Amino acid sequence: MTDIDDRPVERARVRPVRDGIALGLAVGVSGVAFGAAAVGSGMNVAQACVLSLLAFTGASQFALAGAVAGGAGLIGGVVGAILLGSRNALYGLRLADLLPRRGVRRLVAAQGVIDETTAVTLAQPDVAAARLGFLATFVTIYLTWNLTTLLGAFGAGRLGSPQSLGIDVVGPAAFLALIWPRLRAGRTERAVGLAGAVIALATTPFLPTGVPVILAATAALAGALISPQPDSQQPDSQQPEVP
Amino acid sequence: MTGVWVAVLVTAAGCYALKLTGLVVPKGVLSNPRVRRFAELVPIALLAALVAVQSFAAGQSLTIDPARLAGLGAAVVALLLRAPFLVVIVVAAGTAAVLRALGVA
Repeated sequence: MTDIDDRPVERARVRPVRDGIALGLAVGVSGVAFGAAAVGSGMNVAQACVLSLLAFTGASQFALAGAVAGGAGLIGGVVGAILLGSRNALYGLRLADLLPRRGVRRLVAAQGVIDETTAVTLAQPDVAAARLGFLATFVTIYLTWNLTTLLGAFGAGRLGSPQSLGIDVVGPAAFLALIWPRLRAGRTERAVGLAGAVIALATTPFLPTGVPVILAATAALAGALISPQPDSQQPDSQQPEVP
Repeated sequence: MTGVWVAVLVTAAGCYALKLTGLVVPKGVLSNPRVRRFAELVPIALLAALVAVQSFAAGQSLTIDPARLAGLGAAVVALLLRAPFLVVIVVAAGTAAVLRALGVA
């Protein structure tokens, strides 16, 4: 690897691909957790897989599974799941200059705009490396996430009751893990998270399932008005390795 | 089941539309720092709310499920020890499952 690292052009191509594949594999395998949670919540295997293929954004998928588990409140669940996908629109604004700007290629690239691809893409030094990083991460995580969704869905279907396997804890634990880096990022983030949780619990007895979670967005509004500046930058970006 | 299918497809369409929106929206929409900050904080508020609701609520009533809370506590410990995502999930579910199997909680 040393002679590759000695040539800057080669290294600029190797690193984004290597980082993208590594992150894609590490995160993609958690499709097992989604597949298990989805089937545990009452979705069938096909529904779990179609959601992974077409929605392809973890938080929204877990949110919809949670709403299905709740039984009622599917409309609120859908709205909440879509609202959870809104950060991908913001990632897109930052990635627009780096990804194909028109045509079918842009339509395909759009499906890959998620946390992990954004982190790898923005960590690269130039446009060519950024595109490679995006492609490597997108392809790896898309294949892994969908394959493991299928495995998780079948596994959960064959094993006994979801409760006895602790599957009901998978959703909350996954969400906590997903926001953990952001909670560590600053005081405002922690305050907003706590306020969101309190708002949702306080209104749960009085509102249809799913609505309390949407209402928690008011905590984000308050946080943005009180503290418009981020406490720290780039909680998602990887530390570049020193060769 | 039909309702769930509709929910799956509408969610998928909405999620894709949002991803595409970011790529096609003209620049400058998020020039206001408060708007940008709001968008940044929304996922934190919503996900924290989901953690709370899925941990402490069953439908519209608030409940305490000791095994579930123990699982969540185990997840917190795993996160404090910087465990990878999948390990956190396995530890959380495993803790709840073992406690239920033993009849402790």
